[in-house]
Amino acid sequence: MTEYLQNNEDTIAALATPAGVGAISVIRVSGPKSIEAVDSIFDGAVKLIRANTHTIHYGRINYANEVIDDVLVSVFRAPNSYTGEDSIEISTHGSQLIVEKLIKSLLEKDIRLAEPGEFTKRAFLNGRMDLAQAEAVVDVINSRTEASLRGARNQLDGLLSAKVDSLREMLINSSSMLELELDFAEEDFEFLPKDKVIEKIDEIIFEIEKLLQTYSFGKVIRDGVNVALVGKPNVGKSSLLNYMLKESRAIVSEIPGTTRDVIREEFSLDGILFRLYDTAGIRLTEDAIEKEGVFRSRDAVKNADVVLFLNDIIDGFAEDLYKELKQLIKEDKILKIVNKIDLLHNHNIECDVEISAKTGEGIESLFKAMKQKAIGSESYSERGAVVSNLRHFNALKKAKDHLVQAKDSVKSGMSGEFIAVDLRNAESSLGEIIGKVTTEDILNNIFAKFCIGK
Amino acid sequence: MHFDLIVVGGGHAGIEASHAAAKMGVSVGIVTMDKTAFGRMSCNPAIGGSAKGHLVHEIDALGGVMGQIADRSGIQFRVLNKSKGPAVWAGRSQSDKKLYSVEAAKIISSTENITIVEDSVIEAIEEDRKIVGIRTLKGNEISCKALIVCSGTFLNGLMHTGLKSTRGGRFGEQPAVGLTESLIKMGFESGRLKTGTPPRLKLDTINYDILEEQPGDENPQPFSRRTDKTKFPFLPQISCWLTKTDGTVHQILEKGFDRSPMFRGLINGVGPRYCPSIEDKIVRFSDKPNHQIFLEPEGLDSDLIYVNGFSTSLPEEIQREAIAKIPGLENAEMVRPGYAIEYDYFPSYQIDLSLETKLIKGIYFAGQINGTSGYEEAAGQGLVAGINAALKILGRKEEFVLKRSDAYIGVLIDDLVGKTINEPYRMFTSLAEHRLLLRQDNADRRLYEFGHRYGLISDDEFKEMKEREVLITKSKDLFEEIKFKPDEINNLLESKATNLIDNAEPVSKLTKRPELNLRDLLQELDHEKYPLVKSLLANEKALEQVEIELKYEGYIQRQQDLIKKMEKLEEVKIPESFNFLKLKTISNESKEKLHKVRPRSIGQASRISGVSPSDISILLVYLKN
Ligand SMILES: Cc1cc2nc3c(=O)[nH]c(=O)nc-3n(C[C@H](O)[C@H](O)[C@H](O)COP(=O)(O)OP(=O)(O)OC[C@H]3O[C@@H](n4cnc5c(N)ncnc54)[C@H](O)[C@@H]3O)c2cc1C
Ligand SMILES: Nc1nc2c(ncn2[C@@H]2O[C@H](COP(=O)(O)OP(=O)(O)O)[C@@H](O)[C@H]2O)c(=O)[nH]1
Repeated sequence: MTEYLQNNEDTIAALATPAGVGAISVIRVSGPKSIEAVDSIFDGAVKLIRANTHTIHYGRINYANEVIDDVLVSVFRAPNSYTGEDSIEISTHGSQLIVEKLIKSLLEKDIRLAEPGEFTKRAFLNGRMDLAQAEAVVDVINSRTEASLRGARNQLDGLLSAKVDSLREMLINSSSMLELELDFAEEDFEFLPKDKVIEKIDEIIFEIEKLLQTYSFGKVIRDGVNVALVGKPNVGKSSLLNYMLKESRAIVSEIPGTTRDVIREEFSLDGILFRLYDTAGIRLTEDAIEKEGVFRSRDAVKNADVVLFLNDIIDGFAEDLYKELKQLIKEDKILKIVNKIDLLHNHNIECDVEISAKTGEGIESLFKAMKQKAIGSESYSERGAVVSNLRHFNALKKAKDHLVQAKDSVKSGMSGEFIAVDLRNAESSLGEIIGKVTTEDILNNIFAKFCIGK
Repeated sequence: MHFDLIVVGGGHAGIEASHAAAKMGVSVGIVTMDKTAFGRMSCNPAIGGSAKGHLVHEIDALGGVMGQIADRSGIQFRVLNKSKGPAVWAGRSQSDKKLYSVEAAKIISSTENITIVEDSVIEAIEEDRKIVGIRTLKGNEISCKALIVCSGTFLNGLMHTGLKSTRGGRFGEQPAVGLTESLIKMGFESGRLKTGTPPRLKLDTINYDILEEQPGDENPQPFSRRTDKTKFPFLPQISCWLTKTDGTVHQILEKGFDRSPMFRGLINGVGPRYCPSIEDKIVRFSDKPNHQIFLEPEGLDSDLIYVNGFSTSLPEEIQREAIAKIPGLENAEMVRPGYAIEYDYFPSYQIDLSLETKLIKGIYFAGQINGTSGYEEAAGQGLVAGINAALKILGRKEEFVLKRSDAYIGVLIDDLVGKTINEPYRMFTSLAEHRLLLRQDNADRRLYEFGHRYGLISDDEFKEMKEREVLITKSKDLFEEIKFKPDEINNLLESKATNLIDNAEPVSKLTKRPELNLRDLLQELDHEKYPLVKSLLANEKALEQVEIELKYEGYIQRQQDLIKKMEKLEEVKIPESFNFLKLKTISNESKEKLHKVRPRSIGQASRISGVSPSDISILLVYLKN
């Protein structure tokens, strides 16, 4: 018996900040022995075992007669902590060595290293968060830009859960009415007239569609946007790339491991992460000499959310390259650009945006056009409920399909028991999002995605 | 005296329990207070109806006897909900109340291995938490290996009309005293429930001229697959009559509300599902100006009319006054007022899905004692308890448990074990989430397997079903393949006023059109070329199955998808020794519930009322660790 419970009786510890970066590292300890254990290696003005919840204490960590570091220790007492258990957070200087020693000293105090996601799992087990919220923790951890953090936070705050839950309530109401009617078949009660049923279903479909539409936005803020730069040699691809990186004044990092053939850079603009792939003028169709490069360029294009197709104002529209491009990607993902407009006043080249990578003219419009291509024309606020998780998106889509089915059934005069099948299925799909319908797969999925320390 | 199995009670539960166990080869003593009252219909003289008809078909497919008794004593047969889909078609019969009892007694006394004991059980005896015997009012002690208690409404029964109350188990019968107390001594918890019945009127004092007649179906269908169709119906068929209440009637009834014991109990937070008393209907559906009333003769030579839809326990004078205002009943003589009965039941978290009590090995509860109401509900439980008790006595290490996706009976018992019941539980279509698959027409396909395994369904019946199964599968496959060309079928389509086709379409697709039926389509095929079609046309039952499965294929498929999803949770088993009280992280209320019910799978746990989905997620995570 105790074997299933043991795990939660354990006290666990792990580094909670990314390893090897930052000026400060935070080590998190949680479980019944956390305060006592840390106290035994802590030397400060206050004994931690007597400290109140939510207090911070300055002191030293001593281990094996050696001072490890000066630290700040935060004390949280059950149930008012992240995990719902007694816990401690130790902030140390961000040295790999200090962190290792500290954790080692804790492990000797009957504390074990946490498994990936274990802190969050405990929070979930202790009723500190629901499933959608636990899932959002993964997203918070993995978020690279401000907007994606906000999106994840808003899920953590339960906006999506609340919305989905209210839709589910509406559905349950309608389906129970229909089912109730089956029970009173003899007595000709009509609890919910059929046109009302359609009205209700439409209302729910409408709300689901609104949520579905936030997905491209949600996905964009979560995953970022892949942009491929395509054009003949010397149209100004590298110039544009450099200009954009400079303009955005954001993370500029060359990702190690990419060859010169396809350069990948990242920058963030209004909280959206853009990943730029410069195909460096490589042809997209097979060519013996450049085989490897061709391969990579094609990949960059295929995976792109937006393709910037550059043309030189002097040389005109590169028809042949465009043709090759169209075979790799849908046309609506391509932005046709004319570059070097500083050189000539007039042109009749077909294009969406005109720029000069040299003077910066038109770059703002280019940014706008890129954002629009990635997100779609609607404008969203991250402050409403946003769907940014594929699992949620699919569940919503399934729910919608079932509702459309149900509507068809009503229209074709099917009786209540048929309509109820699809309403129930829709309800179950919605329930999966917020954990009202739990299946093992969902749980496994969620807790497997964590890294240690969360 | 000794019997392998003692069954307490000769009601609907007791009959099925004794019959099934005896057929399985154990010696059965059925102890009942009045041996002329086997299967007496305490309330309405009818069997079946929405969802209840399904139970009867399932009982029949498992080898039970209720369907046959109803067929033999039936004086009107109807299929309800014909305007809806086949999943909710439900058979309902009116029985001659006296004959129902006679037929039930015939079956019991002609079944080998059953001994009838006319007596009242006043005590159950246990040793080491195992049942060993009983003591009776007449002073006999009978030993046994298992005991099934089917005491109906008799345990400390108290009948109410208005604020007047009389001791009794049913009109004209004594209550059973002593057994409850003996069970409580063993550690069981008991509670009180109430149920009501309408007044009875004198047959020839009703003005039928102004009432709408409701005859039975022109082509009556029996419940039982074993009933000889050539002789059916066995009795002359009668009609019922319809009338309804109105505002004046409601006003009169309302005057008595403060003196309604039934109503007082019901008004506190009881859901709308309960088969309501008239006073309850007036309150709950207050915007409905009328309520339907069915006047049902209690038998061929009975002079009583059962006032269906008018169940009440209001004071007698109020009942009389209200009835006189109902069209057709102006001069009706009330022979007996409606009354409510209050009795002991044992909250059903104390039983397992096998209906064995968790507390004492070998004691089973079935029927009204578990908090249900209705003959069919009682019979279904009796059958399950009888089979399980016999399995145990015979030393067969299996349990007979039906899943929610197997049968309405499975839903019924799963609900009983998991849900907290504070009003009598009755079977409803809405309770069975897998209802499209749980049809009357496929009860044999769903359940013969079990019935046959326990020796309650004969080899011949089983073989016939198996062969039919093959025919069904092959036909469905074939109809995906065979295509009609436009010129082969457009004539028929035109005559049925449905769209013509331009390209060849498979039979399966055309069958889905509401205007078309499979038989007509098959007539257009070349039977020499397809011998299978010929066999199918000759097998009415198989043809019906193929047609239903093709017509509603999409819905059935989607229902199955949902079942599969849910079934995964049924497969996550919880060890018997799991200590729910040790779960630190869930609310005390859920913990208590889980501890009481001791679910065996996550699926079952998830249906316990008061256990939240997050509790279930937590349980899942624990079980995984
Ligand atoms: C007044 C009234 C109103 C009802 N209203 C409805 C209704 O509205 N709707 C509905 O669906 N159902 C109604 N019913 C319920 C229906 O009659 C029962 O649900 C059904 O008969 C229960 O079957 P059973 O086998 O559990 O018990 P019963 O049919 O009640 O049979 C119990 C049997 O057990 C015997 N018995 C009991 N205790 C002992 C003992 N200690 N020793 C020996 N023998 C014993 C009795 O003699 C009897 O034969 C009503 C019943 C009554 C009495
Ligand atoms: N006048 C002018 N020259 C440009 C512009 N963009 C790029 N160039 C020049 O064009 C040449 C090729 O540019 P480069 O960015 O290397 O092209 P790539 O081969 O497509 O990467 C360089 O000499 C750039 O200075 C522009 O907008 N205006």
